[in-house]
Order: sequence, then C-alpha cells, then structure tokens
Amino acid sequence: MIGSKLRELMVAIRGGAPRALVVTLPYPLGPGAKVPEGFRGKVEIDVSKCIGCSGCANVCPSRCIIPEDTSQLWRRMTIFRERCTYCARCQEVCQENAVTLTMEFELSTDNPGDLTDTWEVFMATCSRCGRCFKPKTVLDKMMETGYKPPMEKRYGAVATLSVK
Amino acid sequence: MNRVLGDSANAYDEVKVMVGWFRGLCEKAFKRALWVFHANTGACNGCDIEVINVLTPYYDAERFGIRLVGSPRHADVIIITGPITRQSGPALERLIEAVPSPKLIIAVGSCPTGGNIWFDSYATHGGLAKFLSDRGIDIPVFYVPGCPPRPEAILYGVALALGLVDKKVAPKRLKQELLPPRKSS
Ligand code: SF4
Ligand code: SF4
Ligand code: SF4
Repeated sequence: MIGSKLRELMVAIRGGAPRALVVTLPYPLGPGAKVPEGFRGKVEIDVSKCIGCSGCANVCPSRCIIPEDTSQLWRRMTIFRERCTYCARCQEVCQENAVTLTMEFELSTDNPGDLTDTWEVFMATCSRCGRCFKPKTVLDKMMETGYKPPMEKRYGAVATLSVK
Repeated sequence: MNRVLGDSANAYDEVKVMVGWFRGLCEKAFKRALWVFHANTGACNGCDIEVINVLTPYYDAERFGIRLVGSPRHADVIIITGPITRQSGPALERLIEAVPSPKLIIAVGSCPTGGNIWFDSYATHGGLAKFLSDRGIDIPVFYVPGCPPRPEAILYGVALALGLVDKKVAPKRLKQELLPPRKSS
C-alpha cells in the first residue's frame, strides 16, 4: 500500500519535473493545445478547386452540405457545420481534393449560424436540359487528362491506408 | 475581535463594515465561479467522457471555478450533451426551470449544437436552439461543436462563456472567380 503510494509519488514527480511539479495545461490562457496527427477538425473547402459535383453532399451522414442551383450558371453550396460529425467522408469522396478536415478545433460560439459557410461554383449549362452541368474549366481539363484521373489520385487516401 | 467588541458606541457600524468587506471579498472571489450541472439528454457518452476529462488535473477546469454539482438548484450553468431526445425533453424543461437565474447553458458536442445526424429524426428535438426557441426559453447558450469535442475545445468554450477569449469563427460567403477560358492548343 505504502509502496504503491511512493511509486505514485515518484511518477508524479518525474512526470511533472520539467515544469516544476505542474501537470496542468496552461491552455486556454496560454499555449498547450497540441493536436494529434490525423485529427479531424473544422471542414474547410478550397473554393478554387471545387467543381460542384455534390459528391460530398451525397455522402454526408448529417446532411451538412446542401447544393442549390441559383441559376443556370451558378451552383450554391452551403455547409452547416453545427451538425458535422467530423467523419471525413466528404474529404474521402472529393475527387478534386477540395475538402480538408483541418486541425482547427476552437469552434465555440454563441450562435450556431457562425459555423455556416456558403460557396458558389461557376457551372456550365447543359445544352439539352438547360440545368447546371460540370464547370467549364473541368471540361477543358478532361480534354487533356481523359475521363479517368490517375488511380493514385482517385484513391490516394485509401491506398495509403491499406499499405499500412 | 477587539475592534468589533470595542467599547465605542459604533460597534454595530464596525460589524456592518466588516460584513460589507467580507461580502465584497466573496463577490470578488466567486464572481466567476460557475457551478455546473451536467445533463445528458441522450448523448452517446462520448461527450460525457470529454466533460469529465476537462475536470481532471491535466485540463483542470476547476481553476476557473468550474465545479460539478449534484443538484440543478445549486448550479449556475447547465452543461447539456446529447441531441435532446423526445423522452428527455420534458425533463430538460423542468431542469432549466429548476436552475436559479441568472443561468447559462453550455451545449457540448454537435448533438445539442445542431442535432448531429439526428437533426431531423422524429425521436429527437433536433438540437438545443430549436428546442429553446420552440418553448420560448430565452437563455444565453454557448455551443461547443465537435463529435466529441476535444477537452481543449470544451475549455475554450468555457473560457468564451467567461469572457477570457474571443470568438474565432464567423460565417463566410465565398464565390469562385471566373477563370479565363483555357486556350486550346
Ligand atoms: S467539395 Fe469536392 S465533392 Fe464537394 S462538390 Fe466540390 S468537388 Fe464535389
Ligand atoms: S465530415 Fe462528415 S459530417 Fe462533416 S461535412 Fe464532411 S461528410 Fe458531413
Ligand atoms: S456529439 Fe458525438 S460524441 Fe457527443 S454525444 Fe453526440 S454523437 Fe456522441
């Protein structure tokens, strides 16, 4: 009993030695918020890469991402982060790597509306039905790259996972 | 003691001064001591574990005066986890009534913040904001999104509620720039 207590004391002394017996993080008044590798935080969208395919909206389990066509040329995507479960399915499915789950976790707010972003994507118009179609830049790219992007780009994240 | 019980006629005044001084000290010391009642309204236990983490010596929310109490009548703050299931709705309403004013709610997790993946389920109230506005309850709420949020994120939310840090998120509206058409080779 006493032996275990002494061992506990030694662990506490050794563990806290560099900071003079203090184990408490100074956060949020100071630094100390270290985020582990592979942490899934706030969803960020790179608007310049997004092609408006709505794949992310299709797989999102909490339906955070809502696409709407505001005109024949513009598709508006809205992300309601207040109900995001940080599952990273949107990141996995995005072909253009436009979605990233960043290390940002300081999302507290007094108004959930602060977590909503919208982004508008310029689309081409379908010549048959007149609705939003793939954006022009992507169509141009396809003329060069062909219709299937290279395998490692499509399944990059999955491939690294299976190698490990 | 001598000062209080001195033979002067204004001993009563001195007591009053001392009581006033003591009350001032208490107010200063306990101005920001928030006693917290933790209410689980159908959470999966992920957030509850993180809330307990925050009270450990490593994260130590007690240095801000945060203390878990066992009765809502002793509490200043309600920490709510979970998407507010239909079963827990009436109980939560009674709980909010039982906490003496002024009161504050800290909603921990994506569940109370926006309803998480159950936001449109028949079995939940779809998040705290909807629940409170449906019942016309007007209490300041601080939301800590995350599923579950990191203990640091909960500390940040508490610090935000105490006014120690500033809010970092803001809604953004982005629009793609029109690129010039690619030249065909
Ligand atoms: S973010 Fe990615 S998956 Fe979502 S619409 Fe844009 S390109 Fe498609
Ligand atoms: S991380 Fe999951 S819940 Fe959040 S936006 Fe992406 S798919 Fe939706
Ligand atoms: S936010 Fe996530 S971890 Fe927290 S109670 Fe809801 S489902 Fe569980």
